[in-house]
Amino acid sequence: MTQRLIIIGAGMATGRALEHLLDAGADYDVTLFNAEPRGNYNRIMLSPVLSGEKTYAEIETHTAEWYEENGITCRFGEKIASIDRAAKTVTAENGDVLSYDKLLFGTGSNPFMIPLPGHDLEGVIAYRDLEDTERMMGLGPDNKCVVIGGGLLGLEAAAGMAARGVDVTVIHIMGHLMERQLDEAAGYLLRKALVDKGITVKCSANSKEILGENGKVRALLLDDGTELPCDLLVMAVGIRPNTKLAQDAGLAVGKGIHVDDQMRTSDADILAVGECVEHDGAIFGLVAPLYDQAKVVAKTLMDEDAQFVPKELSTKLKVTGCDLFSAGDFAEGEGREDIVFRDPARGVYRRLVLEDNVVVGAVMYGDTADSNWFFGLIREKTDVSDMRETLIFGPAFQGGGASDPLSAVAALPRDAEICGCNGISKGEIEDAIAAGSGDLAAIKATTKASASCGTCTGLVEQVLAVTLGDDFVIPAAASICGCTDMTHEDVRRMIKSQKLTSMAAVWQECGWKTSCGCHVCRPALNFYLLADWPLEYQDDPQSRFINERKHANIQKDGTFSVVPRMWGGITTPDELRAIADAADKFEVPTVKVTGGQRIDLLGVKGEDLPAIWDDLNKAGMVSGHAYSKGLRTVKTCVGTDHCRFGTQDSTGLGIKLEKILWGSWTPHKLKLGVSGCPRNCAEATCKDIGIVCVDSGYQISIGGAAGMDVRETVLLCQVPTEEEVVDVIKAVTQSYRENAKYLDRIYKWMDKVGLEWIQETVEDLDTRTALVERFDLSQTIYRTDPWAEHVAKAETYQPLADLTLEAAE
Amino acid sequence: MNEQPANWVDIAALEDVPKRGARLIKTAHGCVAVFRTGTDEVFALDNACPHKQGPLAEGIVHDKSVTCPLHNWVISLETGEVQGADEGQVATYPAKVVDGRITLDTAFLVRRAVA
Ligand code: SRM
Ligand SMILES: Cc1cc2nc3c(=O)[nH]c(=O)nc-3n(C[C@H](O)[C@H](O)[C@H](O)COP(=O)(O)OP(=O)(O)OC[C@H]3O[C@@H](n4cnc5c(N)ncnc54)[C@H](O)[C@@H]3O)c2cc1C
Ligand code: SF4
Ligand code: FES
Repeated sequence: MTQRLIIIGAGMATGRALEHLLDAGADYDVTLFNAEPRGNYNRIMLSPVLSGEKTYAEIETHTAEWYEENGITCRFGEKIASIDRAAKTVTAENGDVLSYDKLLFGTGSNPFMIPLPGHDLEGVIAYRDLEDTERMMGLGPDNKCVVIGGGLLGLEAAAGMAARGVDVTVIHIMGHLMERQLDEAAGYLLRKALVDKGITVKCSANSKEILGENGKVRALLLDDGTELPCDLLVMAVGIRPNTKLAQDAGLAVGKGIHVDDQMRTSDADILAVGECVEHDGAIFGLVAPLYDQAKVVAKTLMDEDAQFVPKELSTKLKVTGCDLFSAGDFAEGEGREDIVFRDPARGVYRRLVLEDNVVVGAVMYGDTADSNWFFGLIREKTDVSDMRETLIFGPAFQGGGASDPLSAVAALPRDAEICGCNGISKGEIEDAIAAGSGDLAAIKATTKASASCGTCTGLVEQVLAVTLGDDFVIPAAASICGCTDMTHEDVRRMIKSQKLTSMAAVWQECGWKTSCGCHVCRPALNFYLLADWPLEYQDDPQSRFINERKHANIQKDGTFSVVPRMWGGITTPDELRAIADAADKFEVPTVKVTGGQRIDLLGVKGEDLPAIWDDLNKAGMVSGHAYSKGLRTVKTCVGTDHCRFGTQDSTGLGIKLEKILWGSWTPHKLKLGVSGCPRNCAEATCKDIGIVCVDSGYQISIGGAAGMDVRETVLLCQVPTEEEVVDVIKAVTQSYRENAKYLDRIYKWMDKVGLEWIQETVEDLDTRTALVERFDLSQTIYRTDPWAEHVAKAETYQPLADLTLEAAE
Repeated sequence: MNEQPANWVDIAALEDVPKRGARLIKTAHGCVAVFRTGTDEVFALDNACPHKQGPLAEGIVHDKSVTCPLHNWVISLETGEVQGADEGQVATYPAKVVDGRITLDTAFLVRRAVA
């Protein structure tokens, strides 16, 4: 006898299940309910409809004629309101009661709306169905739209609207786009492609409130105070299985409706498929597994044996020009290794994750032609030991070959500035080569590139090599570390000329061979980025050595030393009392006067750091940065205040300089000394920057040291006023910061670029002023006390958990 | 010797440990460092470098290794083995992320208490 099957929801899963049932000639009388006022369509193709690449008619999977021909009773635009399992009936919204033999759930998901104030304003929508899509399509080219959510849906919505000329901003809470499918490097490339399409992308951004006017959305307010005006706000932050009806009917429900391998719910006559189900703890958000479920449920309905087995999933983004692919698991799990390939010239990034010689995950950007082959390797769990060496290049590649170390330079556009001193672009160098300059000396002579400070020499040579091919042999230069072929200087020039403002950008555009750098390159890159882009770049504590991460010097037993600033070596009885109190309170084993005219509290426990800092802060003291590649001390002598020989106020000038320079990050430590007369009691002439006061003004000398090398400073210039001293020192410091290699002190940098070049730089008033401005700008961010900031997050200094009692149980 | 049955204990949210960072867990036998990698894997190791007991939790994490803060030995987070020319090994403990929470198999605590 024909049985009655009622289907709740005409979605992608039930549509497929219906096809299987009909193909097999199953004996069911089917009634299909759908809350949307239409039948089955290919929901995933809403994005091409939005962008204008397809029409709705093209994505309809089942037409009115099809339902008619197959004898399916359609009740579209009608919801099922309740289920009576004992009576085996459902009640439609209009009160109709229908009885069933079998009931199939395919209610899909509900988009999650963040309950921000204002989320219920008119003009705040999700992206789920045709209505949402039409709403977005209705926005004219002059309108603004904000999309919250940088995942698959949010980006497809953004790209679709941008293609229609809408001014779109994407707000994403995480550090990079599609973080669940992509790693940072691929996320960076994706972001770049979207920005090229005119979309504004804000990552690490927190939404605070949706602002309205007359009940309609007006703008989104971020928690940093930024207001983003918009005519429409799309929230695409995730989905939740639609389980309300099942729950009310008393079915077993967790995150989704519980189903077994046959897609049966806790009631054997009720089945469920699609995004509304939970199978073996997992819920679903992509169609591939739903199609498998549809096949299984059709068999179960026909009393045939079948089992749903979840498989590996892959993701692609349906945005024209953003070629990305991600599959399998590249996150959790032990015993894994990475293979990374980057081709900066083509904007290609590929990463494979291997476990026991099997590929378990893959991320690709830019060239995904081989993605199916890699996906096959993942699904089949193919042993790849034999092809491991060339695996990353894909199936077509056989035989040796590696990424081209010159590819980053080859990729530079003609207008990329190679020589910063003389403003010479790659194109000008290429032209000079074409006109016959075949080596470095000739390029220097004809274009002046690398003829000044010389830090761009490596890049100029690479342009020669790229242009001349085998005719030019690059002299070997030491790369930063095993992660790259580039030198420090090359990378610094790339960061500046290509405006690389994130670590992921540097890794990609400079062709890093590892996925995320190492302990050698990361601290250097972190410094370069924050020195060059103080406003754009966010310091990364995890790329700093422990002393700078915890703002204290680690000791051999794992404790720390704490050195508060004593400006210019001057202290007060109150400060000394506070130091003494702190030493008592935290049982500091050693209190020592340092060689830098201040006091060191040695042997403080890591957990006590925030508390001792807090006490010192309250007494008006701040971090002495005794640990930093940055300003350390400004040593002074007593000067005119007390000394019978003093010519100027050396103590006052020292304090002034320390207050201006503190907090600044530099390639290596920076120490200053100010002596009141040539007797030089502050040892100014063995500091990185030394000032010796004389009757007629101030002699500023640089490049001293008294550590592993002992060096006397050399005179930079003599100036008449304190104001000029301050400007010259800011300018030298800024130039050192912008140009020197990480971990070179001033004397080493000076040996490379030459004293004369530094002299010219600070003597030219325009250059000096520009350097001073950049220094001041950077200090608006960095002249703060890190201790005070860390006191505010003191809990991170405590253990994560205490299991000392665990074993006793 | 009998293996203790696994005893998975919920420790904290994954977010409580910074990406490419580590935090400490106190146990009766000393501190265990819980590391989180750039790809959100977690690993648990004794917080003592085989060289001179450097506190590994304070090191720089890169890929699945940590560089000791004291003298830059590089230690594999997966095996606890010292990489490169240096030699030595640190004890590792089972750790995993479940629904965004770090969990640790604390069976080793019992084992060591018995030992
Ligand atoms: C505390 C102090 C010694 C003292 O008790 O006086 C000190 C202690 C350390 N110095 Fe120093 N230096 C101290 C003044 C000096 C001086 C003298 C000075 O500044 O007038 C010098 C020589 C002058 C110079 O820098 O040119 C000095 C040259 C060094 C060097 C060699 C630098 C070089 O470029 O050759 C290092 C190693 C390094 O930085 O790489 C170093 C490194 C260190 C470190 C940070 C070693 C480390 O990385 O762990 C020591 C930290 C000990 C700790 O746990 O707190 N320390 N160090 C002095 C702190 C001064 C301050 O108040 O901040
Ligand atoms: C814009 C967009 C792009 C996407 N792109 C991709 C992609 O590229 N790749 C991919 O794999 N996946 C993609 N997806 C996800 C994919 O569309 C879903 O996984 C799939 O549609 C889920 O199918 P389903 O049958 O479970 O639910 P749905 O297709 O959502 O169908 C459920 C239906 O049930 C109806 N319903 C709910 N409650 C009731 C009730 N009480 N009574 C009657 N009817 C009810 C709803 O109105 C709805 O029509 C995309 C999704 C969207 C929105
Ligand atoms: S001289 Fe050597 S031992 Fe003494 S504080 Fe400086 S670095 Fe440490
Ligand atoms: S203690 Fe770890 S490297 Fe020395």
